[in-house]
Formats: sequence, structure tokens, C-alpha cells
Amino acid sequence: MSPTNEDNRPKSVPKPTPETEYYWEGTALGELRIQRCNACGKAYFYPRPGCPHCSSTDVSWVTATGRARLHTYLISHRPAVGFADQVPYAIAVVQLEEGPRMMTNIVGVDNTPEALVLDMPLEVAFESRGDQSVPVFRPVGSAQ
Amino acid sequence: MSVRAKTAIVGAAETERIGVVPNMSALEMHAESARLAVADAGLKMSDVDGVAAAGLSPIAVAQYLGITPTYVDATAVGGCSFLLHVRHAAAAISAGLCDVVLITHGESGRSHVGAPPRVADPASPQGQFEAPYGTLGPPTMFPMGVLRYMKEFGLTHEQLASVPVAQRRWAADVPRAMFREPITVDDVLASRLIAYPMHLLECCLVTDGGGALVVTSAERAKAEPGPKPPVYVLGTGEAAETPLVSMMEDFTTSKAFQLSSAKAFAEAGIGPADVDHLMIYDAFAHLPIYGLEDLGFVGRGEAGAFIAEGNTSPGGRLPMNTNGGGLSYTHTGMYGMFLVQESVRQLRKEASAQVPNVDISLAQGVGGMFMAAGTLILGTAAAARV
Repeated sequence: MSPTNEDNRPKSVPKPTPETEYYWEGTALGELRIQRCNACGKAYFYPRPGCPHCSSTDVSWVTATGRARLHTYLISHRPAVGFADQVPYAIAVVQLEEGPRMMTNIVGVDNTPEALVLDMPLEVAFESRGDQSVPVFRPVGSAQ
Repeated sequence: MSVRAKTAIVGAAETERIGVVPNMSALEMHAESARLAVADAGLKMSDVDGVAAAGLSPIAVAQYLGITPTYVDATAVGGCSFLLHVRHAAAAISAGLCDVVLITHGESGRSHVGAPPRVADPASPQGQFEAPYGTLGPPTMFPMGVLRYMKEFGLTHEQLASVPVAQRRWAADVPRAMFREPITVDDVLASRLIAYPMHLLECCLVTDGGGALVVTSAERAKAEPGPKPPVYVLGTGEAAETPLVSMMEDFTTSKAFQLSSAKAFAEAGIGPADVDHLMIYDAFAHLPIYGLEDLGFVGRGEAGAFIAEGNTSPGGRLPMNTNGGGLSYTHTGMYGMFLVQESVRQLRKEASAQVPNVDISLAQGVGGMFMAAGTLILGTAAAARV
């Protein structure tokens, strides 16, 4: 019922659109770029030209600090394509210091309920997905 | 203009077989349940002038059945689509746009016969910002907020596990339910983990099946009574929040549940205390917990204990998911049709696990992973005061 270990297909690769291209150029450079609305002042994610809070299109790109907290997660025991070697693995939502939340994976720590404590401080790292780079998060201070 | 009690469900039926039905396509499941529902209403297929469906196009369903509709509703917002179809039909019929609307569901969710494939576009927001992290269907997305809810409100794993236990108690009396053997909290917690904190028995079934409804005006239901008592549409609601579970505003509550149910209660002119029977879409064990709170049946953080104490079980003060739910009865993928079917059966007094004195039933549906919601408040003639 789920992909087997013989399935060697890679993890899902994001395909940028014209509206998200600058974000993906950033991740390739090791930068987490988010947007801030100049009209209402709120930061937001995921990237799009109009602010989801006030609909203004007067928005700017900013590079996030990469500091975040673990907001919530689950631990999947069935592998998505490309994740067979990692089962069980956490799929998490983190809250960036700037406010927005995003889905991610947690690296540099066992993906167990004991090791993954809600609200623990995290920092951004990057992992490749095909020719793209995606932001993932690790516990602060866990970098080798 | 309120559409309260202006329309009624006069026909309702499920496919003869549900569960594992490998020798029937999704399209034929729409059609079989349509024929049965139209017959249940005492009508002919030629009386139908409006068709609504999700999963497959209502036009495909209509043409297959030999109907040339002059009202179509292809609203497809996941498992609650059929509740929205009833809402839209109530408005359309009340406005004189159509007379008899047929709403159909059929899904070969388990056997995949004639079922459209689910394809994720890597350029969609989900494809860019969720799929690269290893999402694999609803179990890896829908329960995303459960750990947050546990931290905020102290819900225990045992209380969460009491949801499938309560619903299995109902299923024991329902011959058509796929699983009927009693289970305990320990059984649930001993079943294998699918996506921590969710165990196998806290995740819905995957089945084949279909169902259909016939909606017409209350006037016509009265002037040309069918074989079954009309089930009146007293209040309806719909709402949508986000197709990306990671973008939920608050992971401990469904904004769509709140907005949709508030509209339905306002239209019906009643509150939670007036509801005799309740159906809350249970793709996973946490949904009835969110639903009970978001609809106002209990306070925030109280639903886990409320269910664990037996209040929603047979003999409890708020009978909920009396067919056994998606956790024990059936879950084709878009389960919402079966919520409405059970509400109709309870109001007609023909349910397998019949609850005494049901005059008002509420069905709360969800679509996607807290993406959308639909609410129907249905009632007997006594409740409708017609």
C-alpha cells in the first residue's frame, strides 16, 4: 500500500512559478526570503505578490533570521516517495521569528516524540530536493 | 431571505453494497444510488431538473442517467461537497431556479475502479511548500495540529483513543458497518502508529460506496407526498479556510467549522442545546473533538473528556456518529454524503442504531484537511413547524 524500499525515486521537487522564483533563488544561496507588507507591516509566507492580510501589493522581500520555534508536528510511519530510508520522520510546522509559519522537516535531532518538544528553538538549514534547495530546521546549536 | 424549511430532502439512499465493491465503477455507484434515491422519493428520473455531484462531473452523472439538467452544481471542495450541494439546492429551489435536485456521490476509494487519480502539481502551493517535506495523503497532513492541541488543552492520548471506541459502540448495532467488534482504549493505543500521535484505529476506513439525495420544495413535498416523511432543511452553512494545512490560522480549531456552523445555527434559529442527534465528519479521531468545540456543544478543551465519559456513546446525552462514522461504518474518500444519509435515517426513525425522539439532526462536514466545511441542520415536520 505504500512505496517500498526498492522505490528509488527522489523526494518531491518543488517547481517555482514566476511569483515564487525569487524565494527559490534565495534558498539556493542559503537564504530564507519571506515578504513583508509595507502597507500593514505584517510578514507573510508563502510567497505571492499580494499581502494576504490587507491585499496591498506594496510588499518587500526580506531575508528571515532563520530563527524559529517548533509549533506542531506529526511523525509519519509510512514513507512518501524518497523518504523510505528515513521512516519514521517528522513533518513539522515551525513559526518563524518574524511571525509566519511554514511546513518543514526537522534535522539534526532524533525524530521522536521525546526529542521533539513543542516550542523548542530551531534555526534554518537547507537540503536539496532535485535541483532545488528547501529550508529545513534544526535545534539551535546542533550544527556540526 | 431565509431558506429555513423552504425545502426538504425527500429521497435518500446509499448503494446497495458499501465497503469492498470491486465490481462497480465510481460512476455506476453515483448512478445506482441516484436510481434508489429517486425511487425512495416516489419520483421518476424525468422529474429531476437539477444535478449536483463531486468526484465526477454532474454532467457525466446526468448524461449517464439520461437527464438533461437545467441546473448543475459541480462544487467540489472535498468530503463536505454534498452538504454544500444541499445548501445550494435549497437556495436555488427557493429562488425558483429549479424544482427537483439530485445530489450524487460514488467513490471507488478502496478498489479504484474508474476512479480519477489524485495528482499533485509540483508548481502548486502544496507542491512547492508541503510535498517536498514528505506528505503522503491525509494521515500526514490532517492531524498536524493534534500535538499543539494536546499541549494547549491537555488532551490525553487515552481521550483521543476514546473517540473510535465510542463510535465502535454504535457500529455494533449497524449491520452495514465495516467494523463492529467492540474495541477498548488499550486496543486503539496498541494498534500501529500511522502518523504519531495517530494510531491505525484513529484513522478512517478506506472503502467503496455511494449515496444520493433528492431535494425539492417543502411546498411540493406537501402537495405531492412521497412514501417517506420529508426531512426539512432548517439551516445551512459553508466556509473555507485553506487548502494548505500548514497555513491554518490556529492549529487547535477549525475556522471553517466555526463559520459554517454559526451560519447554519443562525438560519435555523436554534442553538447546540436544541440538537437531538449529531454527525461530525470523522476522517480522524481528532475531528469530532474539534467539531464539538467549534460548533459550541462544549467549551474549549472539554471535548476529549466529554467523549471519554460516554456522552456521545449509546445512551449518552448527545448521540454522535450513530452509524459508526468514518472510523467504523464506511469512508469512501468523500464521506460527507454518509453523514447526511444517517441524519435522514435518524429523522425518519429508520436508522439501525435508532436514537429515540430525534427531531433535529446536525451534520457537520469537512473538506480537505480543514480546508472547507459544510453544515446542515435538518428536522422533522414537527421541528420545521410546517
